[in-house]
Amino acid sequence: MARSGFIFETSRRLVTGGAVYYFWMTLLTILAIVGITSYMKQLQVGLIATGMQNYVSWGLYIGNFTFLVGVAAAAVLLIIPAYLYDFGPIKEIVIVAEVLAVCALLMCLMFVTADLGRPDRFWHLIPGLGILSLPRSLLAWDIVVLNGYLFLNIAIPGYLLWNAYHDRPVNMRFILPFILLSIPWAVSIHTVTAFIYNGLAARPFWNASILAPRFLASAFCSGPALVILLYQLVRRYTTFHVKDEALFKIAEMIAIAMAINLFLLGAEFFKEVYSDTHHLTPLQYLYQGLHGKGMLVPWIRTALVFNVVAFVIFLIPATRKNFATLNLGCVLIIVGIWIEKGMGLIVPGFIPAPLGEVWEYAPTTIEILVSIGIWSIGLLLLTAILKIVLPIETGEFKKTGLDGVPIHAGGGL
Amino acid sequence: MSDQTDSFSKENSNSARASGSEIVQRPDSQPTDNRTVLSDRRTFLAGAAGLLGMIAVSSCTWQEFFQNNFRRMSKEEIEQTVHRLQEEYKKKYGKEFVVGTEAPLDATLFGYGLDIQRCIGCRRCVYGCVEENNQSRDPQIHYIRVLRFRDGNMDLEQSDIYYDPEEVPEKGYYYMPVQCQHCANPPCTKVCPVQATWTEPDGIVVVDYNWCIGCRYCMAACPYMGRWFNFTDPGIPKDQVNPNTHYLGNRPRMRNVVEKCTFCIQRVRQGIYPKCVEVCPVGARKFGNLLDPNSEISKIIKTKRVFRLKEELNTQPKFYYFFSI
Repeated sequence: MARSGFIFETSRRLVTGGAVYYFWMTLLTILAIVGITSYMKQLQVGLIATGMQNYVSWGLYIGNFTFLVGVAAAAVLLIIPAYLYDFGPIKEIVIVAEVLAVCALLMCLMFVTADLGRPDRFWHLIPGLGILSLPRSLLAWDIVVLNGYLFLNIAIPGYLLWNAYHDRPVNMRFILPFILLSIPWAVSIHTVTAFIYNGLAARPFWNASILAPRFLASAFCSGPALVILLYQLVRRYTTFHVKDEALFKIAEMIAIAMAINLFLLGAEFFKEVYSDTHHLTPLQYLYQGLHGKGMLVPWIRTALVFNVVAFVIFLIPATRKNFATLNLGCVLIIVGIWIEKGMGLIVPGFIPAPLGEVWEYAPTTIEILVSIGIWSIGLLLLTAILKIVLPIETGEFKKTGLDGVPIHAGGGL
Repeated sequence: MSDQTDSFSKENSNSARASGSEIVQRPDSQPTDNRTVLSDRRTFLAGAAGLLGMIAVSSCTWQEFFQNNFRRMSKEEIEQTVHRLQEEYKKKYGKEFVVGTEAPLDATLFGYGLDIQRCIGCRRCVYGCVEENNQSRDPQIHYIRVLRFRDGNMDLEQSDIYYDPEEVPEKGYYYMPVQCQHCANPPCTKVCPVQATWTEPDGIVVVDYNWCIGCRYCMAACPYMGRWFNFTDPGIPKDQVNPNTHYLGNRPRMRNVVEKCTFCIQRVRQGIYPKCVEVCPVGARKFGNLLDPNSEISKIIKTKRVFRLKEELNTQPKFYYFFSI
């Protein structure tokens, strides 16, 4: 009875909302359908529908995957101050970051599936049924850590919210070990993802020890920047309260992470440029172009400018604490890191090819539509989950008394 | 040069070749006119098995879906799979196929030698390989890539594979064909998340095309461009398809899986030279058993100056380049 009440009330809440809510959800649904249709087309003709070829065999899908692993990992940056240092203002809002992590992970899994040549053979990856090549394959490790992180990020907020819904106290001694575990686990998902590329001696652009630290630094920029924007939307459209000081604290952490990211980039540049070996070539292709080919050059230069400008904005307290400049900085960082940790990381790894050929890659319309579709499904999920989770968090949506009549609370998106 | 088509090992091919067509036979079902037997448990089981067999034969895709990794298959499963593949290929190409499953030869470790001094860059090996190994013509896949270097350097980034002169060899250039190097420490098999690719006991790095999930991680890991992906259904004209195949070698591939040079596993396990060795007009290509001290390849390693490509990566190729003079 109680459960059916929860499901009924959840469904009711999902289909009621303001004009903005309906517009947003309709738009995302349309884009999702376009994406799914494009994916059907790709299944029909094979991966030849994409811009990938034997020279550049990974592209937009794996780029987005890499970026989103970073977003998912960044939820931890909020968990550390919230639970370990008991910083109140962030503690209240950490669940939103965990929900974002869950949606980012689901998008990751969708992007990997879209990239897979034979998704019909998915079962080959299931241990026992198929063969998951542990401990040798880093891709196998990545599957383990990503699913583990997904489980943790569903279990922890799930437990907290279920208790809030039932108006029961939380047993911190039970849940704290999981929260603590999720911290190293978040670091691990991005480290292992970096190691996928890092371990390949055939690709000097990736085969540098600085790759994993850079992954973490840039993830701790883009993820929290997304979170800052998300919180402002949440507090604008719901009764959920987020304190300004929490947002400014996150911005401060972004400034530190971006400083480290830029420093590591500089270190990478120095090593390659000064030693001037053939390992410089991919970096040359990326920032300058090679043999007259340089499709990524305007993109990566844009990313560099965006990241530096954002760093300055987040460094100066006056601009950090002004919402106009703060939001500008967030957008710059998200776009900058998306270029840098997406196509800017994946594509130059393949250029030049191991025998020296320079072949460029550009995504096809189908690839772009599928990617937009996956992002739309992710945002659709994010909106829907927040629509349920936030009222539980604020206490608006909870289990009712013996009569089982749900409380019709106002507000919501 | 003339002895290249001869067997390089004493093994004879006949027995192995015959077994390929033998396993087509399936066990006959029980005779049905035996009506005196009542609801016997055994006949019921036989009938059920027959029914299941019929379902299994009729729905090939279902069998294909559940097909196991080659190394985990029982002898019986391999026979059934080979039978199914032969039917499938016959339907597609209108020819009787042999899908061999010859096991590695004892005390054999295959190695390859390439004489840079002799190679004239004619690319006969490239196209011989395409015909022998059923590579897709459209889109085009070549296992062998012939690099042209200007005299005086061996810088891969300065090399050219698209050279197109009136006549080869050209003055001022030399040529170096590159294909899968069959590394003893292969980075490609290490990274595969489902163990769809591995090194056979005779040193050949193979792919189970029916187990590959198409993630292309092995392609990113290979430092020699030794792996190729079928981005769509391979396009091979029916009259050009080679029906003499091996399960781990040149049998027709499907879309969205990785393939590679297998030293012509379908030939070398029967004692025949790889196609590229056979077609080379100048005898620049050598092949043999590294474990046999009297084989041509062992003698070359002992008496010539040899080197291996990108040795600093510790991939330990079994593919040796050498200079004959």
